[in-house]
Amino acid sequence: MKAIKYTGLAIFIAALGFFTSLLFIGEFNSSSDTINQFIKDKQVKSDILKENLLENVANKTFTTGFSFSSAVRKVIKKSNNHYDALIAKYDKEKNWDKKGEQFQYKISNIRGFTYDLAKKSGTGWLINNKGLAWWLSFGLGIFGALLFILPNYILLGKPGIKNDHIFLESATNRGWIAWLVLVYLVGFYLMLYFAADFVVAWTYVLDPISEALNGGPASQWFVYGFLYCVIMLVMATRMYIKYRHNKYQVIRTTSVLFFQIVFAFLIPEIMASLNMPGYDFKNAFPLDYDFFFEWNLDKLTSSGGIGIFILVWGILLTLVIVPVMVYFFGKRWYCSWVCGCGGLAETLGDPYRQHSSKSLFSWKLERWLIHSVLVFSLVMTVVTLYAYFTGADSLLGIKAQWIKDMYSFLIGAWFAGVIGTGFYPIFGNRVWCRFGCPLAAYMGLVQRFKSRFRITTNGGQCISCGNCSTYCEQGIDVRSYAQKGENIVRASCVGCGVCSAVCPRGVLKLENGPEEGRINPTEVLLGNDVDLIELAKQNKKAS
Amino acid sequence: MNSFFKIFINKYLFVRKLKLITTDRDTNRKLTIVNKASINMEEHIVIIGNGVSGVTLARHIRKLSDKRITIISAESEFFFSRTALMYVYMGHMEFEHTQPYEDWFWKKNKISLKQAYVERVETDKKTLHFAQGGTMNYDKLVIATGSKPNKFGWPGQDLDGVQGLYSKQDLEMLQTNAPNNKVCKRAVIVGGGLIGIEMAEMLRSRDIPVTFLVREKSFWSGVLPAEESEMINKHILEHHIDLRLGFNLKEIKSDNNNRVKSIVIAETGEEIECDVVGLTAGVSPNIDFIKETTIETGRGVKVDRYLKTNVKDVYAIGDCAEQHEGIDERRPIEAVWYTGRMMAETLARTICGTPTKYSPGHWFNSAKFLDIEYQTYGWVWAQPKENEARFYWGHPDNKKCIHINYDKNTKKFIGINTFGIRMRHEIFDRWLTEEQSVEHVLKHLKDANFDPEFYSTYESEILNKFNKENNTNIKPLRKSWKRIFA
Repeated sequence: MKAIKYTGLAIFIAALGFFTSLLFIGEFNSSSDTINQFIKDKQVKSDILKENLLENVANKTFTTGFSFSSAVRKVIKKSNNHYDALIAKYDKEKNWDKKGEQFQYKISNIRGFTYDLAKKSGTGWLINNKGLAWWLSFGLGIFGALLFILPNYILLGKPGIKNDHIFLESATNRGWIAWLVLVYLVGFYLMLYFAADFVVAWTYVLDPISEALNGGPASQWFVYGFLYCVIMLVMATRMYIKYRHNKYQVIRTTSVLFFQIVFAFLIPEIMASLNMPGYDFKNAFPLDYDFFFEWNLDKLTSSGGIGIFILVWGILLTLVIVPVMVYFFGKRWYCSWVCGCGGLAETLGDPYRQHSSKSLFSWKLERWLIHSVLVFSLVMTVVTLYAYFTGADSLLGIKAQWIKDMYSFLIGAWFAGVIGTGFYPIFGNRVWCRFGCPLAAYMGLVQRFKSRFRITTNGGQCISCGNCSTYCEQGIDVRSYAQKGENIVRASCVGCGVCSAVCPRGVLKLENGPEEGRINPTEVLLGNDVDLIELAKQNKKAS
Repeated sequence: MNSFFKIFINKYLFVRKLKLITTDRDTNRKLTIVNKASINMEEHIVIIGNGVSGVTLARHIRKLSDKRITIISAESEFFFSRTALMYVYMGHMEFEHTQPYEDWFWKKNKISLKQAYVERVETDKKTLHFAQGGTMNYDKLVIATGSKPNKFGWPGQDLDGVQGLYSKQDLEMLQTNAPNNKVCKRAVIVGGGLIGIEMAEMLRSRDIPVTFLVREKSFWSGVLPAEESEMINKHILEHHIDLRLGFNLKEIKSDNNNRVKSIVIAETGEEIECDVVGLTAGVSPNIDFIKETTIETGRGVKVDRYLKTNVKDVYAIGDCAEQHEGIDERRPIEAVWYTGRMMAETLARTICGTPTKYSPGHWFNSAKFLDIEYQTYGWVWAQPKENEARFYWGHPDNKKCIHINYDKNTKKFIGINTFGIRMRHEIFDRWLTEEQSVEHVLKHLKDANFDPEFYSTYESEILNKFNKENNTNIKPLRKSWKRIFA
């Protein structure tokens, strides 16, 4: 069994190596025709750019995406620099007309431009063997990972809590393997968000699947979405084996998997293929922070009935469905049953859940950060909507474009992606959900003040062992409540149910019950028959 | 709406007040008073032992007063949860996770910690003498020194590699003695109680072969009825533990380096080679340091219902305290986590001016045997008493069962053992107080279920069996929040 497991690991690492190496072996060569056509399609007006592209890029073979994209970027910068110099010159001369003219020659989105050209310029082995490349990367990767995971059904022994060795192994106790994973994940996200033109080779691998689904070639976001689903699927099988004695975990895992694959991935792709705006029907504002951006509103309002339906649904989802569901079931209905971020955290992130900090300091930080992000997202949206409806470009001195860009960059890319997922192996699997997600902040307020959800503490049975706190991915010190006989009612609880699962004494139960008595501060724990009238008198004296 | 914002701003947004929630609301409220009061004027309460009893006592005294509090421990600087030591060895946790309070908690709440070993107590001068030298005076002394593993004078019981599993030092010793199955090729555990099975589970987590010597004919059969005990026997074997029922240890043999080499079984004379011997034949009060004082002791420190000893201003709580007579059906010495906590909650009131009798309510307890959880409410003796009748239901998977004890004549419910099914403490406590009948309990059993959502439930099967055996026709009622929170 162990041999099978390690063979699987070797296959997986080979597949991952192959996938990574695609970035270094994908060849690029743009013919003059391709470049001319591209310049035409993009309506590029800069002759300098055109000439330089033809001279320095055309008909040359670049052995990696890095060298190709670097060459293109260099040319674009050269052209941009030329026009910047002109702009500066006319600015000095106060020749406003001439100055204004120059801007049309500049390329503002350098990476996007480079990405698009690169996507058209792939050549060599990879282009002719996309299917084979898929099997060698994704196919073997999935096979190897499953081979690594499935033997656990036997190796882990009988059904039950299987946390042996978690703090004794490098991968799950912040050892060198964990740091290696961190570096890879962070690198992946940095490239995805900030240097997609370097990873064009990956998109070729998924072109066949993308074309089958939506008729078009794969973008870097298609790669991300597909990879996301594959990772969740594979890591969900790990969850199924590890928690096979616990129906709550099994059903919950199935639910997040379903919503990711069907709602987040398939439906938007199918909609796109039907010429509708692709939309993830479960992605609620303000997690879906660009829902009220101008381009999205324009797209929706110009897409006929379905566009209007999405618009109404999106607003209804945030204002009515989310809070009502949180009232009845707690925010878990979203965070650990439906959400894509939660889905990844509960599958890929499960081996790292023990790393969330339980210190009081982290709790303070969490409150300030998450509510700041909520305020940030709301301010951004108000400014954006104001600008959209009045045509002004700012509100109270806040420029709409600036605040949107800031949010997308700081929160959307850095916080949710690079830090949120990249730091799984060191800071735990819910960094984004705990410290950053504005939707979680919003639902947390409802959960704390108006909800039927609580984690019930079972009388006086707690023995303060601390399994619950250790394995709380949201960094809640569950034990501090349980050992006092108090129910756990916390804004940040996502209801993953693992505290209840790991409790050796059957002390914790997630449940939805009457609001009355939900929060139950206890003076004396159940089992100690002190005279309560005396006690009340004494407390009065003491205070 | 107004109050909503008030709560929101005060309790929710501002971190200032948050501390109250992680630590202790009242403790912190008191803190301001403590700061104002002149501390030296206050009575000095000295607690020996920083286990759950000592620490709970300190916390509750602080809630109720501004007294000076000192906790003395030789074992560890900060309070940790002894029950979690096994999880550290198994890699479920790190040692710091066993500490329920962050290190700043003690200073912030003006609870002084002293790491020292108390060698001698002079009760007439109210002075403690430390092993490393130095003394400390007290106004009131509380002995909360817990237990130590039993040793019954077996030959070789003090060899290297022979150990119990009770203290932090024991854990560290086990990590050295049995880091893996190369260093420790086999371990033998002597004594079939809760610590014994925990130790077996620990060692198995590192694939170390374990032989488990149990004196009784069936595991924990002094406490568990035959059915449950037999279920656990099977479960132990499933976990590839070499369970030897009905055998005693004769001697532990040494190699040339004063290390354990093997053990010999009394009944058969069989010699088993091993590198570690776990002595887990129960625990007894850890009170040697007061044997020479006038404080009355039996097996433990003798205390009355107010947890006072025969010497003025000296109290004892937790595992080391011995009641003159067992309360209700309880034993005079109860080495249970929660009784230590309850004694501390009670004594804090007495010390702070409201003399309060220690009155533990209905018996309850819980444990986990490898993968099987166990809870008990009320009394289910290993052997039924004269007036008692039993009802047992077991699941075919041999991992779940319930065993109900009730009065043969009045049908009054006396207690329940539940394995593999979690049940609500509140509900059973209430039923016991109300002296409900066994029929009432079974009829409302769904109210008591505490398993996670979506778990299979077995109330109908349980009732079917009861109805068949007793010619009754009880139908289970649906779960009712109204009744649960009545």
